[in-house]
Amino acid sequence: MRLLKIIYRNTLRHWLRTSLTVFGLAIAVVAFIVIRTTIDAWYAQSEAASPDRLVTRHAVSLTFFLPLAYASRIEDVDGVNMVSHASWFGGIYVEPKNFFANFAVDHTTYLDLYPEFQLSDEERTAFMSERNAAVVGRKLADRFGWQVGDRVQLQGTIFPGDWELVIRGIYTGARENTDESSMLFRWDFVDERMRSESPGRAGYVGTFIERIDDPSRAADISSKIDALFLNSIAETKTETEEAFNLSFVAMAGSIVLGLKAISILVIGIILLVLGNTMAMTARERVSEYAVMKTLGFRPIHIVGLIFGESLFIAAIGGGLGILLAFPLGALVQIALSAFFPVYNIAVVTVLLASLAAFVVGLLAAVFPAIKAVRTPIVDGLRIVD
Amino acid sequence: MRLLAAYSFRNVIARRLTSTLTIIGVALVVFVFCAVLMLSHGLRQTLVDTGFDDNAIIIRKASQTEIQSILPRDMANVVRADPAIAPAPDGGPFASGELMVLINQPKRGSNDPSNVPIRGVSPNSMTIRPNIGLVEGRMWKPGTSEIIAGAKVARNFQGCGLGESVRFASRDWTVVGVFETDGSGFESELWGDYEQLAQAFQRPIFSSITVRVPGEAKFAALRERLENDPRVTVDVKREKEYYAEQSNFTRTYINVLGLIISVIFAAGATVGAMITMYASVAGRTTEIGTLRALGFSRFTVLLTFLVESIFMGLIGGSFGVLAATFLRQFEVSTTNWDTFAELAFGFETSWGIVVGGFCFAVAMGVVGGFLPALQASQVRIIEALRAK
Repeated sequence: MRLLKIIYRNTLRHWLRTSLTVFGLAIAVVAFIVIRTTIDAWYAQSEAASPDRLVTRHAVSLTFFLPLAYASRIEDVDGVNMVSHASWFGGIYVEPKNFFANFAVDHTTYLDLYPEFQLSDEERTAFMSERNAAVVGRKLADRFGWQVGDRVQLQGTIFPGDWELVIRGIYTGARENTDESSMLFRWDFVDERMRSESPGRAGYVGTFIERIDDPSRAADISSKIDALFLNSIAETKTETEEAFNLSFVAMAGSIVLGLKAISILVIGIILLVLGNTMAMTARERVSEYAVMKTLGFRPIHIVGLIFGESLFIAAIGGGLGILLAFPLGALVQIALSAFFPVYNIAVVTVLLASLAAFVVGLLAAVFPAIKAVRTPIVDGLRIVD
Repeated sequence: MRLLAAYSFRNVIARRLTSTLTIIGVALVVFVFCAVLMLSHGLRQTLVDTGFDDNAIIIRKASQTEIQSILPRDMANVVRADPAIAPAPDGGPFASGELMVLINQPKRGSNDPSNVPIRGVSPNSMTIRPNIGLVEGRMWKPGTSEIIAGAKVARNFQGCGLGESVRFASRDWTVVGVFETDGSGFESELWGDYEQLAQAFQRPIFSSITVRVPGEAKFAALRERLENDPRVTVDVKREKEYYAEQSNFTRTYINVLGLIISVIFAAGATVGAMITMYASVAGRTTEIGTLRALGFSRFTVLLTFLVESIFMGLIGGSFGVLAATFLRQFEVSTTNWDTFAELAFGFETSWGIVVGGFCFAVAMGVVGGFLPALQASQVRIIEALRAK
């Protein structure tokens, strides 16, 4: 118990240095949490995926469209109980930097396939009955201050021209990781205009989404769907929604890898700052430790003092960092909302950060402790610094 | 002053462990800082080098990339007929109508599929971009399912090396040649016969038309005419300008994230430097008192400690910059989110980045050292001399 008191007092002896160290630690812990959360954000889409949904796209690449006529053939596949479709629209709102995901979807089935997009019954009815109706996620609506009834004009990049839509609903996510920053509108509205302006492109959709009875049969059903269109003009590739979403993470490749590397480097920084402090502390107290040894304190006590102080500082710094990470994370979420629809600090991340702070606290004390124990009493008493 | 500089220098050596830790900290920060800037610079470099000053590219209005663009043949004919376009060696207009599509292909090693751009080209495509040259194999023969691969695609993707073949659009396409273009974005593409690809993909359209228009005046005239011509709805851009724009989204991402990380790291390292310097001041109170008693002014003492801190910053900065230059050996291959296509690029240094790295290191030294140095300069002679 007395040792604890000494540790506490020791920590406060150089209050300026201790606060700086705590500050340095807190910054590194915040950085660690923010970077880990950014990595998680890349994977958020695939984690939000439902195991009973499959996605069918053109085998050559996502940029190719599939004939709508495929829908009825897919529907006949054993195990598929519902088919919907969505097309990446790529519309620009006022200017390119306002980027957000917008899809032309089959209004009759899409919302049933994605029950996590929650809308009121009136909003649903409005979406069904009006050709240029659109629904947007809560976060997207907040970002641009949109309300139900607002008119929004998108400039088409893939589908040329200006497209005027009316917001008829604002959906909220059923789960924490549901994407609340997309816009959905009716595919038939788009197709109608394509039919008159460039008939060759009418009747095509980007991807089909299927709901299946039994998630364990996903692979089997996927290959059955793809077999239907083998050697046709538009061969397909079907995979689970999760695998489909993960392919985007794979495309980011090096960026995610780089972030992972940096999150480890951050731990290195913490170690340097705390290690520095502990090394200095131990050096300054060599004579003190010698006195304690003379008084009969065992090496284990000295080691305990050094480790205790290091862990104490690490705990305060780590704790402060974790506290600060939440407001900062909220800021980053706003800044990167165009890139990441979902940005939540995971419990695992907080635990990892705590673990990192703890390990760093231990490591930083190793060298000073060895040195303190090894310095002979006589030398210790003689040192002047 | 020389004496004081030597004094600072020896102090850094005398407190080996803490000085080393501080220096490593600064080095790490400068390394990350430079790495991010080099990556951003490399991305821009690669895309700016793609294209030529004398060339202009024409895509459908409002489509931001070739992949989204569709130009029907009649529109292409209007564009080709413009008098501003220089004559080609064969006598016709120096224009190359091209088709651009993305195919999904697994990478070597990881097996992760990614989007590779494939460009349907005409014989003019090679001559209109004079820096493109085959380094292996030969050119595709017209009317066959032969393609040539950019050096980076050939290296990074399965089936894209010389003699291998890729399957898409219900056909097998054999790679008969590998080309290089001074590291530009074209090296991340596959090139084949326009007629063959348009048929296979059933896309009898052009994605873009690249034309040779030497000089600003002719380019301005071409742009003016085409953008006001009711028969066509197109955007006309300098080829270089167009490709530079293709990196906006990804570059913003790298820069924003890099900046945040650098600032956080810098704060950590500055705190580290501050701790070291405070300890250094505290441990040398007697020495400072002696210096003051000998007649050195407060300002000189302040300067001495500041110099010591800056000195550590500089050493750390040098290591950081040096380590970062080794990154030039690595190539990064990632999806360019502007075009959705895989793009390989490298870490590129510039004098701006090197100087920036050093400035950053010195700044950390100044910020980390100023308060401790100020404290040192405030030491009272008598108390200092009395300290143990």
